[in-house]
Amino acid sequence: MYNIFNYIEKRSPIHDLTGATKLLCLLLWSLAAMTTYDTRLLAVLSVFALVLFPIGKIKAKDVSFMIGFTVVFLVLNTVLVYLFSPHHGTEVYGTCTYLWGLSGHFAPTAEQLFYQLNYILKYFATIPFVLLFVCTTNPSEFAASLNRIGVSYSVSYSVALALRYIPDIQKQYHEISQASQARGVELSKKASLINRLRSASSILIPLILSSMDRIDVISNAMQLRCFGKNKKRTWYMARDFKPLDYISIIVCLLLFVTSLVLTHLNGSRFYNPFI
Amino acid sequence: MSDYIIEFKNFGFKYRAQAEPTLYNIDLKIKKGEKILIAGPSGCGKSTLAGLMNGLIPFSYKGEMTGSLLINGKESREMSIFDISHIVGTVLQDSDAQFVGMTVAEDLAFALENDCVSLNEMKERVKEVANILDLGTLKKHAPGELSGGQKQRVSVGGVMVSDVDLFLFDEPLANLDPKTGKQAIELIDDLQKKTGAAVVIIEHRLEDVLYRPVDRVILLNEGRIVSDTTPDELLSSKNLEMCGVREPLYLSALKYAGVTIDPSMHPASLSDLVLSAQDKDKVRLFYSQVQNIKDPSVKEEMLEVKDISFTYEKAEKRTLNDISVLVKKGEMLAIVGTNGAGKSTFSKVICGMEKEDGGEIFFLGQNFADLSIKERAEHVGYVMQNPNQMISKVLIFDEVAMGLRLRGVPEEEIKERVEKALKICGLYKMRNWPISALSYGQKKRVTICSILVLEPEMMILDEPTAGQDYRNYTAIMEFLKVLNERGITIVMITHDMHLMLEYADRSIVFSNGEIIADKSCAEVLTDKETVERASLKETSLYHLALKCGVQDGTAFVQNFIDYERGNVRRNV
Repeated sequence: MYNIFNYIEKRSPIHDLTGATKLLCLLLWSLAAMTTYDTRLLAVLSVFALVLFPIGKIKAKDVSFMIGFTVVFLVLNTVLVYLFSPHHGTEVYGTCTYLWGLSGHFAPTAEQLFYQLNYILKYFATIPFVLLFVCTTNPSEFAASLNRIGVSYSVSYSVALALRYIPDIQKQYHEISQASQARGVELSKKASLINRLRSASSILIPLILSSMDRIDVISNAMQLRCFGKNKKRTWYMARDFKPLDYISIIVCLLLFVTSLVLTHLNGSRFYNPFI
Repeated sequence: MSDYIIEFKNFGFKYRAQAEPTLYNIDLKIKKGEKILIAGPSGCGKSTLAGLMNGLIPFSYKGEMTGSLLINGKESREMSIFDISHIVGTVLQDSDAQFVGMTVAEDLAFALENDCVSLNEMKERVKEVANILDLGTLKKHAPGELSGGQKQRVSVGGVMVSDVDLFLFDEPLANLDPKTGKQAIELIDDLQKKTGAAVVIIEHRLEDVLYRPVDRVILLNEGRIVSDTTPDELLSSKNLEMCGVREPLYLSALKYAGVTIDPSMHPASLSDLVLSAQDKDKVRLFYSQVQNIKDPSVKEEMLEVKDISFTYEKAEKRTLNDISVLVKKGEMLAIVGTNGAGKSTFSKVICGMEKEDGGEIFFLGQNFADLSIKERAEHVGYVMQNPNQMISKVLIFDEVAMGLRLRGVPEEEIKERVEKALKICGLYKMRNWPISALSYGQKKRVTICSILVLEPEMMILDEPTAGQDYRNYTAIMEFLKVLNERGITIVMITHDMHLMLEYADRSIVFSNGEIIADKSCAEVLTDKETVERASLKETSLYHLALKCGVQDGTAFVQNFIDYERGNVRRNV
């Protein structure tokens, strides 16, 4: 059984932060990384995010599936950007420096490569932070924190429940797929892709049907224990902010402000080394 | 304030989607501190009755009500499900599925959170309840790390925090092994004594619930209350038989022996049961007169498993440790043991769904290692516990034909083979029905049929009768017996001791990844040590034998089984 990605229970300073802090940091951090294309800030964010992994005691193999997934997506995205607009960089930076004496529509320019480097850096600045957030935030704390920032608690709780059931659903999928393989559904590499997709549907239907049964039970169980009675609810996992919470939020806020200031100083979202 | 927590007065109910009412003329009163069992076959209306008591009807399931239902003296129609949940606390059947919180403590706190109780007060209350239920050390554990009994205690705690006046248990024994079930009944009894609240248990396994005394048993059938009386009175009447609810085994044995049961004998509990010297003589006479069924034929070996071991990825402990089993052709045997003992893993390894670390499997002399999961399925079919996990087509015919179509069998041959299988399973008339129109038991039949069509020599069934009432249980088991008589070897993974006793020739007992016993069911269920290690329960027949002065309790149990097989089951 492999685990796609999920909360991993450990003791670390990052786990100790409240869910609300982490959610707020995630938002500020993503905003900072989204606003700017400034290479220097993106580089700082990327390095910083990677440093946080050992602090949070999350190992590469815990998130290997998501890393793999992201890398594939990143490569695809980079190639496509280059194919569809190989001159986007020159438009952005206003100069055109052909490299290695080549010229023509698809010839590499320093501006394009620099632009795409920034593009890749953006991934490195955001994705690790998101992964870290998911791995270190207990789903029920996550629900509590969503609720704290103003999302209604029934929505918050459904999100948390969905996160919690990921491992269960994986397990069920595994069991159903074993049983259908015994009946002759071919899922191994022997079958063509189309056949495999078709076979997958014969697993998904029972998976969905049995999940529906569970949803019915859990929603009854929740109603029977007063879920939805009041406009508000309290949270057993709610915790008070500690100094580290305030520090983290301030750091992330500063990063966001830096990003805005840099945008202002650069005159655009881009840092331009070409002029 | 009324004396009664629940008061049904000439009450009737019809679901919106149904043509006929589910409940008729219900008159039922439940006082504070009472302990009541509601029994009846599937579809008798007992779940509907429960839904009305806890407010899920009409809050989640709509319908028409007639007459009146008072909860703590107030008309329930005027109350919300939340008002009701402070009076009636419900523990649902599947304690796994109703776990809402991430950890034990959060789950206990759930109702308090929704009532906006402050954090400090909440922590205090959770601690208190956790201590009462002996969950203090488990507060930070996730549901997956708990045993079946612990999960049930958490479910109880989750409603206990709200200080309810009545605990409603919806089939509390359905997912538990016999020993845990026994503990659950003890827990419910203690709970009632400690809190003084009323308890309503909905369950069709009468013998197991009556392990601890109840005040009244309400017997429901076809939407009406058939009887509302003490267990002693009920067990002396013919009502149970009429409604298709199983009576305790020791009473069946007494009846076979010709003993007449009357309330003064206290038939509700074996330890309080008063038997006259004459009655005991009758039982001993019965014991000595039974003809044992001996099957003299030497059977061919079918499946030979040698020293199989298996460890799940990332697990430290072996799930299977040097397992060796021999299954003969035409056998019908049971695999029993606690959850996690390795029963299901064992079947998966045989079917090729998991790959063993070491050891060998031979099937009719052929080494199974060379065969893929798909090829093995043509010899050994595997039927999962929950039919919904196997059904992926809309129509019955297509579902049964799926395995053949995937194997590229010509359509004409498919038609012939599917129709034959459908006839064996009694589904031929329904072949063009949508599966969604079937009952749970019928769906189970469809999944068995869809495996049967591949013509395996052996079938492994995971909990074939879980959650079924006596009538369905008998229907499914008799059907399996017919298949067995047609030459198919049947292996059943089960927690149900009645099933073992009545249908299995032999049982293999798993405990902690090892086989601790492999012998006749009568021997297993009368052996104290095996029973203890495998979380089973000694059969009441054994204690009846001792009570009547029969020296060899095991032989008595065996004779009872043989008598039933020879004289009773045939006529069902």
